[in-house]
Amino acid sequence: MNPPAQALLVSVLAVPALGALVVALLPARHERGGRVLATVFAAITFVLTALLAVPWRSRGPWIDLKAAWVPTLGIDFHLGVDGISYPLVVLTGLLTLLCCAYTVWKVPEGGLGRGRTLAALLLVLEVGILGTFLALDLVLFFIFFEVVLLPMYAVIAGWGGPQRRRAARKFVLYTLFGSVLLLLGVFTVVVAAGTGDLLELTGGTGLSRTVQCAAFALFAVAFAVKAPLWPLHTWLPDAHTEAPTVGSVILAGVLLKMGTYGLIRVGVGVTPLGAAWAAPVLGVLAVAAIIVGSLVCLRQTELKRLIAYSSVGHMGFVLLGIATLTATGLQAALIGNVAHGVITGLLFFLAGAIKDRAHTGSLADLGGLRETAPRLAGVLGFAAIASLGLPGLAGFWGEAFAVVAAAERGGPLWTTLAVLAAIGGALTAAYFLRLLRRVTHGPASPAVADFTGIARPEWLAWSPLVLLALAIGLVPALALAATADPVAALTGALP
Amino acid sequence: MTQTVNHFALLPLYAAGGTALLVLVMEIAFGRYALPAGLAGGLATIGAAITLALRPAATFCGPEHCSWVSGPQAAVVAVLFAALTIGVLALSAPALRAGIAPAGEFCFLLTSSMAGGVVIAYAGDLITLVVGLETLTLPLYVLVGLRRFAPRERVTTTGASAAVTFFLVSVISTAVALLGAALLFASTGVLHLAVLTEGTGTLAPLGAVGAALLVIGFAFKVAAVPLHAWAPATYDGAPVPVAAYLSTASKLGGVVALAAVVQRLDTGPLVAILAVLTMTVGNLVALRQTRMVRLLAWSSVAQAGYILAPLAAGSAGVPAAIAYAVFFVLLEFLAFAVVVALRGPAADGGDLTDYRGAARGNPWLGAALVLAFAGLAGLPPGLSGLFAKVTIVAALINAGWGWLAGVVALNAVIALAYYVRVTALLYARPTTVGIPLADLPDVSEAPAPDASAPDTSAAEEPTPASAEAEAGATMTAVVDPELLEAATHPRAGVPRVVVAAIAVAAAVTIVLGFAPQWIFDALIG
Repeated sequence: MNPPAQALLVSVLAVPALGALVVALLPARHERGGRVLATVFAAITFVLTALLAVPWRSRGPWIDLKAAWVPTLGIDFHLGVDGISYPLVVLTGLLTLLCCAYTVWKVPEGGLGRGRTLAALLLVLEVGILGTFLALDLVLFFIFFEVVLLPMYAVIAGWGGPQRRRAARKFVLYTLFGSVLLLLGVFTVVVAAGTGDLLELTGGTGLSRTVQCAAFALFAVAFAVKAPLWPLHTWLPDAHTEAPTVGSVILAGVLLKMGTYGLIRVGVGVTPLGAAWAAPVLGVLAVAAIIVGSLVCLRQTELKRLIAYSSVGHMGFVLLGIATLTATGLQAALIGNVAHGVITGLLFFLAGAIKDRAHTGSLADLGGLRETAPRLAGVLGFAAIASLGLPGLAGFWGEAFAVVAAAERGGPLWTTLAVLAAIGGALTAAYFLRLLRRVTHGPASPAVADFTGIARPEWLAWSPLVLLALAIGLVPALALAATADPVAALTGALP
Repeated sequence: MTQTVNHFALLPLYAAGGTALLVLVMEIAFGRYALPAGLAGGLATIGAAITLALRPAATFCGPEHCSWVSGPQAAVVAVLFAALTIGVLALSAPALRAGIAPAGEFCFLLTSSMAGGVVIAYAGDLITLVVGLETLTLPLYVLVGLRRFAPRERVTTTGASAAVTFFLVSVISTAVALLGAALLFASTGVLHLAVLTEGTGTLAPLGAVGAALLVIGFAFKVAAVPLHAWAPATYDGAPVPVAAYLSTASKLGGVVALAAVVQRLDTGPLVAILAVLTMTVGNLVALRQTRMVRLLAWSSVAQAGYILAPLAAGSAGVPAAIAYAVFFVLLEFLAFAVVVALRGPAADGGDLTDYRGAARGNPWLGAALVLAFAGLAGLPPGLSGLFAKVTIVAALINAGWGWLAGVVALNAVIALAYYVRVTALLYARPTTVGIPLADLPDVSEAPAPDASAPDTSAAEEPTPASAEAEAGATMTAVVDPELLEAATHPRAGVPRVVVAAIAVAAAVTIVLGFAPQWIFDALIG
């Protein structure tokens, strides 16, 4: 492997880490300067993540870096990027940049107050998330998986809404529960196989069926908490409702993807026999998540909570795609991941903008947004329609092909699941249309009466997401171009 | 029969014991310089231990086995004892300077205790081990109660009662351990650790009882449940630096002693039960603590459980247990050091509510405490706690004790609940002084809260559940809480020596977090 590419790979992690350190250590008087500096670091990181595609090749990781770290525990510092991780890496870089830029303009009220610390925490989060996507060593994957826990806790508890402490505590305890199960699963595999190298482990080499089933059970629960999969999702609505806008965007946009990415890379990749064994259960739970998520959304009265529950439904589609264990299903899951990150990130930005102006997120108090803020209503309408899966926009591909993959799988169980998921898709449309009717249509309510227009920084933060939602919808190959071979490698080992 | 004594092998002991003597002489001859002498002696002990590690030697040898054995693990433990002694001396310096405890006696007792620790590190037979353990503990009975009161200060007896509790429990545990050693010797005829067995034939049951008693006696020292009840009371009654020593060095002594016996005796099930009970009870009770030192005490009970867990796997788990202990004492020392810095020399650990917002005024101390608590919870930003957890779980799964690894993992989740609670409290806003909104005649017509009050956004949606989150949200602010806090809690400067101790501990923690392999290499040699 060529050293410049490896240096690039390391710098993708080192730059945001350095940025967080520098921003946190700045003297207190450079409050705004610190936020600007954080944005600069985030921008550099984004450029670096985009550059990762330069050494593109179809087979194996594009860039591969391996160095011994803790030989006693069998931990290598092994990073790499390929078609599965690349879209998520770039998405992480983009969303962190947008969130940092948003923080320069607006610091959430209350809480610790200091936006500089928030920006530094966003950069730490970025390190953890990027590391998780880039890690090619199981233990390293786990370490990065844990890095995000406390910074996200601090973001919610420090800058969140009135009940932030409780929500943050629930988030951190739930996700730590998931991650200790991951730790157990990781070492079950590492001890049985004698290596933590994901490249060597992919396909379940050297693991007996029993070990694979036990490890997959641990992985599945661990990632199901993170993703989250019904019925382990209950931390999500609280965390989203209380989190500040940027926290929600990162949480929904990329943090949840660590769960689904892990399930594909580690769950399906390392323990294929276990995945095949548990696939029906996973499929049933995924469809339950779709249906339950949509039904709950139909009754939701709070804007951010509704979007949070819609995430449960969307991630249900992604998990259904994974559960089918077919190439179509996995690709649907990958594009669903990216699309959800883009669209839900946008939706949370919009919900934050509405809540900041109206000082309420209650659907009953909002109404007639179209009358007072037509542009904001327009963007919200676009995001909602993209999210409900209109063909031509990003949300369509993941959901449609998850259903197609389930139907292709055949048999009574998967056909039923496909039908139910399709019904869930229809329910998704129903609640998003209900949301639009309540918020944008009708006579203007007092809460939306004196809405200010969309500020330039808001346009700046939203427009890349709007464009991406459109671009991925029209050219899904943007997210899927390089996934064919890695996915084939994953499915090739399945029984 | 005369034995040849290899004095080179005894170098660390000479350094440690010499330090204690030097401190005593300094105090008697000059009435001062006790503290510098203790610090210098501690450094000399570290140097001696490293020197010996480079050329390992043994002494007090019988025909086959030796009673004083040096190895890589012994060197690590001896260095750690000396470093912790130096650290605790540094933390105590402000109190000694203020005359809260007599400097000469304090330093002499602490360095004597260090000499005991060094003996434990190099002990090659059960008698030497118990002697070392007693030398480590004996000075601590006095140290726990050693406090002078200023003429008009209210005299409390908590220190004295803590000392008596500690003394009684410790003496009993030593008696139990000695009985165990005696039974083991009676049934097998060996005392050297290298050949320790439970015996065979008709005397095997006696040997098994002896082994169990030995484990139980040492379990007292690490405060393992159900032999833990002395720890929280003793820690809370002792001066904070002494509590730091109790929960780090004293605990380390117990761990090393336990590790020495369990790796050769078949005590797996007993140790496993102790481990499960210790971590679970420690964590559950810690959830409900309202005093800082008690919370740390219960959390260190739980941590002892994590250390015991790999010992259940016998010799395979010993490196993991010692490695965990190294990470743990670093993090625990850091936590106690920050408590000392935040509270000042004369105060005890105080209630948790006393720490409200403490990190807002002292960002560096706050960051150090976050590092320590996150590490104790096994989470980043410092990687040492994470690697400690990973080491334990990996060792247990490797040895086929998967269920115990599961219990450890679930306990880590419980533990995070209280670590997070305390850490969040450090960054909480000071409580608002004012009239509860509910008591005002009509909330809707009440004057809006002062615009400068920070929680105006939260005040608009007061809900009962948020009371705990932000008590200030339901109050009308009559004064800026930050100003009031600054006026009533003036920031006392942290003494330089304490700052140095915290900085060194934090730096070592961070560096070892990124390079844990150094610890494993040092333990393997």
